[in-house]
Amino acid sequence: MDARNESQVTPMNNRTTVERQSERELVVTRTINGPAHIVFEAWTKPELLKQWWVPKSSGLSLISCEADVRVGGAYRLVFVHGASEPMAFHGKYLEVTPCSRLVWTNEEGGDAGQVTTVTFDEKAGQTLVVLRELYPSKEALDAALASGSQAGTLETFEQLEEFVVTLAAT
Amino acid sequence: MVQYLATRLDVSFSALSDATRRGVLEQLGRADASITDLAEKFQMTLTGMKKHVGVLEQAGLVTTEKVGRVRTCTLGPRRLEDETAWLERYHQLWDARFDDLEKVVQALKRKEKLDGRKK
Repeated sequence: MDARNESQVTPMNNRTTVERQSERELVVTRTINGPAHIVFEAWTKPELLKQWWVPKSSGLSLISCEADVRVGGAYRLVFVHGASEPMAFHGKYLEVTPCSRLVWTNEEGGDAGQVTTVTFDEKAGQTLVVLRELYPSKEALDAALASGSQAGTLETFEQLEEFVVTLAAT
Repeated sequence: MVQYLATRLDVSFSALSDATRRGVLEQLGRADASITDLAEKFQMTLTGMKKHVGVLEQAGLVTTEKVGRVRTCTLGPRRLEDETAWLERYHQLWDARFDDLEKVVQALKRKEKLDGRKK
């Protein structure tokens, strides 16, 4: 978990870091080798978004992806995991600043979901992506993190199980 | 790291592979309960429930304490470890996601260059 100790991000380093930066916030960073306008395009065009948002290793398949990227616009991503019932992740965009910033809500868990802010910062042809997930309270983030022993999120453990099984088989 | 995580998670997963045991965790998430309470709730024998609680206890998901004749079950000490596992999984998801984003961005960059030349 050395990634958590690195709060300083070196732009040339294209490693993904994840850090709990405060009681209510998780921060993910990564530098992408390309200009901000292209990275922004990949986040805001549904046909591009669906090419990368659901990695194969997650065990999920994306069955539909709609994103109306403008302030107040909605997004809806529907996944299936194996033979499970489809799960929908949805919310709306609160801020859309071309090439630099997106803010959206996550409403699948009810009204008190986290708010995601992503910023794109271009330097020398590379873009530092900083994604923040701000939970409504410390308790909400604690609950998400402790999901292994919490009800309601056990299905995510089942997804992880499949992932681990795949890992063990290779 | 991954192997360590996989081994440790295996124990949790087999503990979680049973619907009754998941139900017990859900129940204990709301309030502590005795084995007798749990057996009643899930309509099974005391011996059956003891077995399930034993599996959860071994995985560290539940702890039990016997006071007098009553054995009380509470959620176990695995929460911190789960936090690590959750963050690790979250990290893996984003890492894989960004690797795929990188590919999309490279393809768009090539396309932009090509289009630029055509103009």
